[in-house]
Parts: sequence; structure tokens; C-alpha cells
Amino acid sequence: MENTITNRETEPVADPSGLSLVLTPLEDLTGFLLHHLGRLLLLLITSSSVIAVFLIFFFVIRESMPFLKEHDMVEFLTSKQWYPEADTPKFGALSMIVGSAYVTVASLIFAVPVGILAAVFLSDIVSFRIRELVKPVIEILAAIPSVAYGFFAVLVLAPWLQNKFGFTTGTNALNASIVLSIMALPTIISVAEDSISTVGRELREASYGLGATRFETIFKVVLPTAHSGIIAAVILGMMRAIGETMVVWMASGNAAQIPTPWWDLSQSVRTMTASIAGEMGETVKGSDHYYSLFATGVLLLVLIFALNIISEYFLVSAKKKLGKI
Amino acid sequence: MPTSTIKDQTKYDHIDSIVSLSEKKNSPSKSETDCQCPVVKAENFSFYYGSKAGVKDISMEIYPCSVTAIIGPSGCGKSTFLRSINRINDLIPNTSSKGKLLVNSHNVYDKNTNLVNLRQQVGMVFQKPNPFPKSIFDNIAYGPKLQGIKSRSKLQQIVEESLKAAALWEEVKNDLKKSALALSGGQQQRLCIARALATKPNTLLMDEPCSALDPIATGKIEDLIGKLQADYTIVIVTHNMQQAARISERTAFFCLGELIEYDSTANIFRNPGKKQTEDYVTGRFG
Repeated sequence: MENTITNRETEPVADPSGLSLVLTPLEDLTGFLLHHLGRLLLLLITSSSVIAVFLIFFFVIRESMPFLKEHDMVEFLTSKQWYPEADTPKFGALSMIVGSAYVTVASLIFAVPVGILAAVFLSDIVSFRIRELVKPVIEILAAIPSVAYGFFAVLVLAPWLQNKFGFTTGTNALNASIVLSIMALPTIISVAEDSISTVGRELREASYGLGATRFETIFKVVLPTAHSGIIAAVILGMMRAIGETMVVWMASGNAAQIPTPWWDLSQSVRTMTASIAGEMGETVKGSDHYYSLFATGVLLLVLIFALNIISEYFLVSAKKKLGKI
Repeated sequence: MPTSTIKDQTKYDHIDSIVSLSEKKNSPSKSETDCQCPVVKAENFSFYYGSKAGVKDISMEIYPCSVTAIIGPSGCGKSTFLRSINRINDLIPNTSSKGKLLVNSHNVYDKNTNLVNLRQQVGMVFQKPNPFPKSIFDNIAYGPKLQGIKSRSKLQQIVEESLKAAALWEEVKNDLKKSALALSGGQQQRLCIARALATKPNTLLMDEPCSALDPIATGKIEDLIGKLQADYTIVIVTHNMQQAARISERTAFFCLGELIEYDSTANIFRNPGKKQTEDYVTGRFG
């Protein structure tokens, strides 16, 4: 391999001294094979995660196909009737879709302002030393297993909500939203902080140099410039909230219903993820119920995939705007 | 001291062409302004990054309606001094200062200095053109809006005046809504000058404003500086000694954080009083 100096394609030139500088593949078979096998191996390793994504898509869609073929999609998306084990089973996933939307949106209402303000605080207000202290702590929030958050929701938050506000149940949409918002915070803070930091000293100095205060600089220059990255941060946080299973299963109360009145977060809901996780163990493989859960999975995958593409778009346009690409 | 040397300038028989050019350009503004009290005055001023001194014990006076150049090798403190004048160096943590730095006879390092007013009176143009990622109009209107000007027609008037003063109006008057980032580097830098002028400052600090530009754009900025000095006090830091010779009336030579020599540009380049200055301007050092 080390002897391969020139391009292998070129014909060996007849050297008057008889010493050719060019190796043909046959002359250096081991080197040739090692080179190509090595490349192949590395390619396989690096593409394994990509392959995994495709396999997940493939199997989830394959398992859902029998349901998608036999049942009315409109009913699946718009009916509130979810009685999969009844004599005449009904598969209306609307209450789960709405449940997912509820806890996601409600958690973002808590997490987005707190996350963005925390990102601004970390990047523009506190000293370098404090930032280096606080950032790892926030990142630990992301590393806590979700079941631990679930315990917190059930053992601390639920009784507190019940006693403090007199809710009929402590495990409800509000509880799940609060815990989800804490879980989405590290994602939102770190992505937003990154994009706020890339705004750079030049623009901040330009603003201060024109007589702007720190408040004006942050809200009129820094945040508008970083808005694409901040939107991406919010979408990534949203994906975290939609995809979360264990916490919503433990904290949301798991009632497949749409709260009435619609804004009442103190009622129990059930999300798509909790529905899949909770019911999968009870279904018979190959039954309609089983396939319908995979159809819910397809819906989730499509949602997450779409959000991912949107956030990627905003992250790329954030970089373009600052001339980093 | 500078006044006497200016009169002596006519006595020189061999005149460097560059310097003579700058004299012709600079002389009218001098006769127009009889105000001789300094706009910026440093009295034993030192500035520290942590425990390291950026500039040490600087005493100099900068006169109104003229161009003062600060030259010197890299890391000699010329930018530090310039950025101390509007206290933009405050943004760097762990800095401190000693001595006095007076702008319009107020010590800017006083505790009760109004930084907003200071920075509106002392505008700044940076090394790299740094327009906001907003429209041309919004870039210029940013400063006036901060001052509380809301009327659209008033803002329009300020934008037009500022762009005209920065010799950019003819090139952009039909594209005021376009992003400032779509302009060329030289246009962006003139936009930044227009933006600084929009807050109606009396002093402009320029930190190597041409170092990121090509020669043609540099020429335009230099012409502009020549025009602006009639109305503004301009302090310019530059690496380019020909530039200092071309555009400035007085030149300060900094080295290792200290002010080595400060005199009329003609004297600094033709008849420097110190060996160090001579070595630097003749290219033997730095």
C-alpha cells in the first residue's frame, strides 16, 4: 500500500533503469484488497445508523399496512372512538392525536420562553465562569432517564397538584406538560444558546457602538439575527416532547378522551406514544388492534420526520444568514 | 505644539508627494475651524486587560474637525486606545483603567458616565464591515430609533442625509429595502459609516476601516474621510502608513502600549523626533 505512489490507472511506464514506480493491482494484491476492504468496512459502520432509520421506517410501515389497507383513514384521523378490543372494534385515534398535541403545545408554552431567556442569559449576561458551571448542569437534565422524571411526576407533582389546586386527579395533561417542559428545556437551551453565540461580537459591538443598551442589543439585534436557530431549537424541543413516552404514560392519566372544555388541562389525556407503549403488550400479534398501533407509529414517524426537516431547514438558513456556509 | 508645526510646513523644500497631497486636502478645513480646544484628551491614561496593560500612561489631545491617525505595529495598543474612547472595550470582561480620558471635557471613565449618550456622540466604524442582517434602511434607522425618533418621514430624512454624507446614496437609493448583506464589502463599510453618522455624533472612531477592503473601495473610503473631516473629528487606526500620510493631519505613533510620538503627520513622516518612529515609518522595524 505504501508503495502505491502514482495513480493505479496509469499504465506502468517502461523505465530505462528497469525500476517502475507504478504498481499494478496484481503486483500488490494485499495492499489493493486491504485498501478496498477497509473502505467498505468503514462505509458499513458509518452507514449503520442510516440503515437503522430506514429499517425502522420499513418495518413500522410494513406492520401497519394491513390496517391502512382495510380501514378508513379519515375515520382513524377524525373519530374519537377508540375501542380496539370491542366486538365491533372502533379505531378512532383523534383523542390520542389531540392528547399528544395538548401536552406538546402546553409544554412548549412553559419551555420556550424559559429556554430562550435562559439561553440569552447564558450567552450574553453571565460571566464566562458561571456559564461554564451552569451549562453542564443543564446538560445533566437531558441525561436523567425519563422514568426518573416519571417518578417525580407521579410521587411529587401529582399529589401537589391535587392538593394545591383541588384537581380530581393529579395525573393529568398539566402534570405531563410540566414534566415534558423540563425535559425539553436542555435541548432548547443548548441549541438556542449555540445560535445566539454565533451571532458574534461584531454585531453586538455595532449595536452598543450606536448607543444601544444591553436590553436593546439583545432584543433588536441578537435575537432577530439568531431567529432561525431559535426556531430550530423550539422544533427540536417539540420533537422531544412529542416522542416522549415513559413520562406521559406515567403522568398523563392515560384516558383516551378529549378534555371538555377543551382548555381544561386538569383532565387526563392519552398520547399516541403512551397508547402504543401501553397497549402493545396486550394485543394479539396479527390482530387489527396490533396493526392499528403500528399505524399510530407511522403517524408519529411522519410527524417527527417532518419536524426534523423543518428544523434542519431553519438551522441551515441560520448559518447561511451569518455567512457561515 | 501642532499649530506651530503646521505653520512650519511651508519651509520644507523637499516634500514627499504623498504628504504634500494630504496638506493641500487638509489645509482648508484647518482655516475654517478656529476651535482649538481638544475633543478628546487623555491624561496619563492606562487600560488593562486583567493585569496586562493594553496601553500605558497615554497623554495626548485630539483636535476637532481634523483627522488624527494612530499607527504602530500589531498589538501596540492603538485599537485598545481607540476603543477606550467610546468605552466599547467595556464589553470585554476583567478590564480596568487608570488616569483620565476626557471627551468634550468629561472623563468618560467616571462612574456616572452615560454610555448611551457617549456612544451617540462618539460613533465607531469597525475593522470588518458589520452591517446588521436587516435592510439598508433599518440599518441606518437603528440608531435614530434608539434615540426615540418614531416619525417615518423624519427617519427617511435621516437615512437619506446619512447615506448622502457617506457617499452611498446614489448607489442604493432604489434598494433601501434590500438586505444590507447584499452590498459589496466597500459599500457595506460606507453603510456602516452612514449608520454611525445617523446618530449625529461629533467624533468618529475608525478601527482600520479599510483593512478588509480592496484598493478601489479603500480609495472611496479615504475620499469620504477627507470630506467628513470638515464636520467631524476623526480618529483612525491604521496599519497602512501611506494611508495615514494621505489622510491625516496629525499622527500618533504607538509601540508596546506606549505613545512614542505625536505630531503633525508631516513631521512624523519626514522629520520624526524619535529614532523608534523613524525606524518604523521608514520600514526598518515593525
